[in-house]
Amino acid sequence: MSAALQFRDLTLGYDRHPAVHHLDGAVAAGALVAVVGPNGAGKSTLFKGIAGVLKPLAGTIARGGLKARDIAYLPQAAEIDRSFPINVYDMVAMGLWRRTGLFGGIDRNLRDTMEHALAGVGLTGFEDRPIATLSGGQMQRMLFARLLLQDAKLIVLDEPFNAVDAKTSADLFDLVRRWHGEQRTVLAALHDIDFVRMNFPETLLLAREPVAWGETKDVLTAENLLTARRMCEAFDEHAAECVEPVHADAL
Amino acid sequence: MPMLYDLLIAPFADFEFMRRALAGTMALALGAGPIGVFLMLRRMSLVGDAMAHAILPGAALGFLISGLSLFAMTAGGLIAGCVVALLTGLVSRLTELKEDAALATFYLLALALGVTIVSVKGTNIDLLHVLFGSVLALDDPTLLLIAGNATLTLIVLALIYRPLVIECVDPGFLRSVSRAGGPAHLAFLALVVINLVSGFHALGTLLAVGIMMLPAATGRFWSRDITAMILIAAACGVVSGYAGLLISFHSGVPSGPAIILVAGAFYVVSVLFGPVGGLARQALPRRHLEA
Repeated sequence: MSAALQFRDLTLGYDRHPAVHHLDGAVAAGALVAVVGPNGAGKSTLFKGIAGVLKPLAGTIARGGLKARDIAYLPQAAEIDRSFPINVYDMVAMGLWRRTGLFGGIDRNLRDTMEHALAGVGLTGFEDRPIATLSGGQMQRMLFARLLLQDAKLIVLDEPFNAVDAKTSADLFDLVRRWHGEQRTVLAALHDIDFVRMNFPETLLLAREPVAWGETKDVLTAENLLTARRMCEAFDEHAAECVEPVHADAL
Repeated sequence: MPMLYDLLIAPFADFEFMRRALAGTMALALGAGPIGVFLMLRRMSLVGDAMAHAILPGAALGFLISGLSLFAMTAGGLIAGCVVALLTGLVSRLTELKEDAALATFYLLALALGVTIVSVKGTNIDLLHVLFGSVLALDDPTLLLIAGNATLTLIVLALIYRPLVIECVDPGFLRSVSRAGGPAHLAFLALVVINLVSGFHALGTLLAVGIMMLPAATGRFWSRDITAMILIAAACGVVSGYAGLLISFHSGVPSGPAIILVAGAFYVVSVLFGPVGGLARQALPRRHLEA
């Protein structure tokens, strides 16, 4: 199977400090991958790199022919101005950008697609609601509707089920499962280890350095999780320059 | 009825300068209102103010070189405004500094510089003209400039509307699907500048922002929908222009301030009684609903 994503000695970070250090590996097309790790492990940073928001400090990300804009990316804390006077319908319609662009209209076909997307996330009847009036869970449902419309081959979800209730996360995970069934590649950063064990075939355990990557049951061992937890979160202001790339071949 | 005619229509029917003033303020309001709404929604209200002052030294330099000439002052103002808009746009895009902060110090400096330059050559009358505009003395070229700017504003705004709105609500998303955000932002800042230049000619450097921000802030209290907000802002600006000119005509108060005062009155009424978050609405609790 071809790779949707290929990381080669990838280092991502801020102000020269690595947050993801020397990551090697590939995500197969159609894979459903959980990215797990403690806070500060570099999960969000990795996703920003994949989405093309953050340039690598070193190494490369090959996106298997996809442009960064063909990737549907749900950031952890979307920079959404919730006080902005816009309703759910218009917000979700942004997901059609690739088809409408700057000036394209929304015809009957697309309108049907939108209705389906809204129904798919359980927000039928919310079309005219200003986004300021949505609850946290409804907001997340709306963002998933937008992801649905983006119709992307590669979908990157940064802690998508944070601060939403069990019902909402179950509903939203059904969509993730559906994407997986449609051969789309999905990466999701998650903290709920049991949930990952039950639902994700493949896991990347990250603690700045990749700790383990492979089949979930082999990755989420007690030993690996302990290693991940020992990771030092703080950047060392006086860290020396990294000269000898520690290749992750050992994995 | 004749009395109403005398009060509301006769000033414009009888005097050409009043008709010109009305046409000028209406065009100004149509362009500046929508721009103001976006400035407000992008939390850039003060940026508009600072930029209005940034135009002054440029216009003043034009004045220094060739007196009260439309072309020189417009060109100077446009250049100064665009330079500042471009610089602040770039600074806020490339660094962590927010636009407000990038402009805050600039504002008084520019005003001081502009007033100094005008005083070097001109009289107090010239200074008043520059600071408060001359809506009752709009000549043909100035009127055409204002109308042209308003037309251009509405057309460009229609072209960049989608990325502009998305960039306001969810800039991260726009960045992830398109590169239109940057150009749209710069085009928007250019529109701010040309509208401020229009406002500068009609209302002067100190009040130019008034016809932009007051109607926009008013709109916010009447609707939760951006389209409606834009329409309300433009309408409010037009009505303020008309009413302000009438008040100025009948009572002899200066017309620029009268227009802004009417817009201010709309704003105060909206803050008090506006259906969306107005104070009266908040102070009069109604029974909660069933669901």
